[in-house]
Amino acid sequence: MDSDPLPTLLKPGMKLTICFDDASLSLPKMRRPDTRQRIIEAVLELAAAAGVDDVHLIAALGLHRRMHDYELKHVLGDRIFDAFHPRGTLYQHDAEDYDNLTVIGETEEGEVLEINKRVAESDLVVYANVNQVAMDGGWKSITTGVASYRCLSFHHNPKTLQNTRSLMDRHHSALHQSLWRMGEVLRESGPQIFTVETTLNTNTFPKPFDFLAKREWEWNAKDRATYLATQKSLSAMPLKARRKIMHSIESPYEMTSVQAGFTPTVHEETLKHVYAQHLVEVEGQTDILTMGIPYICPYNPEGVMNPILVMCMGLGYLFNMYRGKPLVREGGVIIMTHPTYRDFNPVHHPSYIDFFEEVLTDTTDPAVMSEKWEKKYAEDEWYRHLYRTGNAYHGVHPFYAWYWGAHGQQHAGKVIIVGGDAPTVRRLGFTPASTMNDAFEIASDVVGRAPTVTHLHVPSVLVADVK
Amino acid sequence: MIAESLAGKRIAITGSTGFVGTALVERMLRSVPDCELVLLVRDGKRTPAAKRTQKEILKNNAFDRLRETFGAPGSRETFTEMTDRRITTIAGDVSRDGLDLDDTDRATFASCDTIIHSAAAVSFDSPLNSAVEINLLGPVRIAELCNEIGITPHIVAVSTCYVAGNRRGRAPEELVSEGPWDIGLDWRSEVASARRLKGDTEAISRTRENLERFRKDARTELGAAGAPALAAKTEQLRERWVRAELVDAGRSRAASLGWPDAYAYTKALGEQALTEVKGAVPVSIVRPSIIESAWAEPNPGWIRGFRMAEPVIISFAGGLLKEFPGVPEGTVDVIPVDIVVAAIIGVAGAGPDKAPRISQVASGGVNPLRYRAMVDWTTKFFTDNPLYDKDGQPIIVPEWKFPGRGRVQKQLTRAQKVLTTAEKALQTLPLRGKQADFAAELESKRQDIERALEYVELYGLYTECEAIYQIDNLLGLWDTLDADDQRDFNFDPRVVDWDHYVNNIHLPSIVQHARVKSTPGKSKATDRMGRMRKQVLDPKRHVAAFDLENTLIASNVVESYSWLATRRLDTPERLRYVFRTLLQAPGLLKIDRQDRTDFLRHFYRRYENAPVAQVEADAREMMTQLIMAKSFPDGLRRVREHRAAGHRTILITGALSFNVEGLRPLFDEIFAAEMTVKPNGTYTGEMPVVPPTGEARAQLLADYCDREGLDINECVAYADSSSDLPLFEAVGFPVAVNPETRLATIARKRGWLVENWSKASGSSQSILPIGKSMSERERKAFVS
Repeated sequence: MDSDPLPTLLKPGMKLTICFDDASLSLPKMRRPDTRQRIIEAVLELAAAAGVDDVHLIAALGLHRRMHDYELKHVLGDRIFDAFHPRGTLYQHDAEDYDNLTVIGETEEGEVLEINKRVAESDLVVYANVNQVAMDGGWKSITTGVASYRCLSFHHNPKTLQNTRSLMDRHHSALHQSLWRMGEVLRESGPQIFTVETTLNTNTFPKPFDFLAKREWEWNAKDRATYLATQKSLSAMPLKARRKIMHSIESPYEMTSVQAGFTPTVHEETLKHVYAQHLVEVEGQTDILTMGIPYICPYNPEGVMNPILVMCMGLGYLFNMYRGKPLVREGGVIIMTHPTYRDFNPVHHPSYIDFFEEVLTDTTDPAVMSEKWEKKYAEDEWYRHLYRTGNAYHGVHPFYAWYWGAHGQQHAGKVIIVGGDAPTVRRLGFTPASTMNDAFEIASDVVGRAPTVTHLHVPSVLVADVK
Repeated sequence: MIAESLAGKRIAITGSTGFVGTALVERMLRSVPDCELVLLVRDGKRTPAAKRTQKEILKNNAFDRLRETFGAPGSRETFTEMTDRRITTIAGDVSRDGLDLDDTDRATFASCDTIIHSAAAVSFDSPLNSAVEINLLGPVRIAELCNEIGITPHIVAVSTCYVAGNRRGRAPEELVSEGPWDIGLDWRSEVASARRLKGDTEAISRTRENLERFRKDARTELGAAGAPALAAKTEQLRERWVRAELVDAGRSRAASLGWPDAYAYTKALGEQALTEVKGAVPVSIVRPSIIESAWAEPNPGWIRGFRMAEPVIISFAGGLLKEFPGVPEGTVDVIPVDIVVAAIIGVAGAGPDKAPRISQVASGGVNPLRYRAMVDWTTKFFTDNPLYDKDGQPIIVPEWKFPGRGRVQKQLTRAQKVLTTAEKALQTLPLRGKQADFAAELESKRQDIERALEYVELYGLYTECEAIYQIDNLLGLWDTLDADDQRDFNFDPRVVDWDHYVNNIHLPSIVQHARVKSTPGKSKATDRMGRMRKQVLDPKRHVAAFDLENTLIASNVVESYSWLATRRLDTPERLRYVFRTLLQAPGLLKIDRQDRTDFLRHFYRRYENAPVAQVEADAREMMTQLIMAKSFPDGLRRVREHRAAGHRTILITGALSFNVEGLRPLFDEIFAAEMTVKPNGTYTGEMPVVPPTGEARAQLLADYCDREGLDINECVAYADSSSDLPLFEAVGFPVAVNPETRLATIARKRGWLVENWSKASGSSQSILPIGKSMSERERKAFVS
């Protein structure tokens, strides 16, 4: 779309770089072969046919943790992994490796675009996207995925995210506006980019978990039986085993569309497909929004859903599943259900642990923590070391996860977590409740005795189009 | 007129750092304004005698009253000017011949008109030899010195009523050796045999069996703490054993001759010996009974030191002592310290001619305090004003049933046995952190019981004593006093109102003194830990040294080896490896318990022929999969906090350097075991230098501090095992992390900061430390 076909762009002797989304997509991870494998195999075939030798594959991590080798293999397939990894031409982006980062230019707002040097110096960059929600794709992929920490801090901050209304509505998102400004800079001064975007259906859970994606009132006898059996056997298991089972689920997703070419054009088309699938019309805002927090979010593939991610998932992602107006009215109450254990994965989330102990005991206000603490974590040598050589999220990442919920935090009058570990919930600045009834009782202080209640059902993913 | 008769006199006092001595000095300064005092004080280990006078006597709150008077506007001189003018300190020791005086001090001593000898080994459980040297020979040496110099000052010797021994009925004011029940003891042969016994016991303690036993016990207590620490402990145990033997010997010798303990026995012989050797020197003996807190002077309730009845009372109030033997209708012969002091001054003031030869200062005959009344009052007092346990809950005092001594001892012995067994059982378990703390608590419980048992054995006799001490001589002296003297030097035991004394003076005073918890609410222990945490993170500290295993990560060298060794094995090989290692485990553990260095040497042989490149590549992956996954986030944060505070951070570990390479950004310096490499690029399995374990760590740190110009007293050390004792003792701020039982016990005793750190609960670590399976191709990557 708005571009020459890929085969005509490939020339012998050119520098070709293929970037792809990291393990934060899709959720849960899809069964092999992954969409990215299919895209990249096709691109590589064309490149081989055109005699392109200099090909690099870069995982567009941003500040996410480095992927384990087996994750790379899962995403790309054994063939690509074995061909590129030993030769060192399949690697992961490093937002702290300033020798391999380069400044492309500056937007009219003064935002500096700084990206991976190899990407910048390529004759052609192909980006393989998995567009699971409306937030993903477009200019965001490259301007965050292979950008430097410095560059990301221009838009990953409380002010921008409080004005992102919502993450799923790019035209009303301050974050996306900033990214699109950077995209313009990239188009003018950067390498040529060929974007491939794909959408998925909602076939999230394989058997026997497929009942999860159905409406409860449509469950048949077999679904009910499976639900009971699953629920009972899971609750009889130790916590670790339960987590292991849930995280090992692979989704039988199928591709619903693929579009390629000039980034903005491709993305607008993709959005049409995503919205067609996700948009649900909702009449008016509600007093209370209830939601169940799932076991997984973009920042914990393979890891435990720690308390900060609970906040990020509830107030960041789920709250933002709207277009127009938020589901819950301003000053309304959000009730989440989640055990909210004080559990962290020490390999993936080392700075989250310290953030929880050090920062959250001091403040839960994004603006205050950004002022007072962010720099210390962002520039910390140890976190940098773990991000660059281990499998840890960047030191600043817990702040970004927290800012993700900044708009929701500002908007809601009260946030209640049902079934959460009480001291942990309080540390997050929320109110713990032991049952849903208690939660409604607590909420009545804010919304009165006869509130309207809306429940956001997850799965599947949907975007509420609130009139 | 006492004050007048002592005016212008020079009075020597021995034992002035003690309870009676301090009160005596104060009273002399205050109530006999024109006398001079010569204090015979022993040089301390670090403090010379004169300094001790300032620190240990004049700083005492007994002098507050005087300080106020002299500090008041319009007073002629300050307190310090007054004490400088009136007090001379001479350095001497009554347990040495000639009192160990130099010529100047000897001259000062020779110029004294009166010598009040109140120095004594008052503890009821002194070793026989030291009781003999001080209590028996002390007065003898003073008299002999006087004879030698050729002076005849008035010696007022403080003794005890209990020289009368375990008798019932009247105990008159006469020498035991002159009384009807004298058994004709020769004090010189008692001295000789006590000295011989000391030598014999020392010899026995050095026999092979005994030395081996001490060594074994030292090892049990400290574990593999390294040779120097073990040697020090062994010697300490030997000395303790000798002392305990001599204490026992003293007690048995006293009991065999009819005295309650070595104190009374040596004091009795001391009186006899003094009378025998005094020659022309006039001697008056003052015998108080059990001296307790002051009735009125310098202020009601004044007390110094933790004395006889106090530990018993506090143990009772604290719920430790459920029962204490005693005869309810018997008397507890208690006498307030100010009455004793007044009596001593009265005797000194009367002078050698008028003073009675022996004056007993006791309450039993004229104003008895009944044991039952004392117990009832105490129970009521602590019911109304309970002590609180560490959870802030009031302790309910038990009902006293006046059992016989045998029964109480039996109960306590049984409790002691149960606790000892439980403690031993726990010691053998590999406990850490909170559980180990529980074991340590058990030990302190057992020690409490043992202490209680000792009280019962020692003090039980005094509550069962039914002797009535006559005070005719004392009252005779009292009657010669005029009204002013009777007001200023009240030594009439009849004035004491026991109800008022026990409830309003004595008990409140000892509760205050014992520093027990007398207010409800949570204990301050957590505050203390918080304070200590602040201390270790103070920017003034120089270095923070960390052990690795179980201090920063829940893993050890065996695990890292296993991880590396299995990483490239297929499944059947892995299973074989696991079984083989499990079989070898007991043997390895045994070596590790005995000597860490031997263990490491033995274990690291396994790395022989391992290719360096492969191990290094695998170690990088291990950092994430094993080390970070098993790390203590609190520990890593602490390292970083030290860094932020500007301290140097050091890792000292017996682990191999390539295994800890991933932790380098956290530390300024890493001391780890190094392994040599063969020319073909494989490891030799040998270490060229001793790995940093045990005492080597202390040495390493000391050398590092020297080299870098840092102060080891400003170092903080974190470690988890008693084998790190040398390191802990070398630094100024030891921190026990997840301590095992032994270390928990030691840390508790010495008041060290204890941290309980744990792994992040969300880590996805498998049970066995085995590398993740790899594909065939990757496994062989390094083989080709």
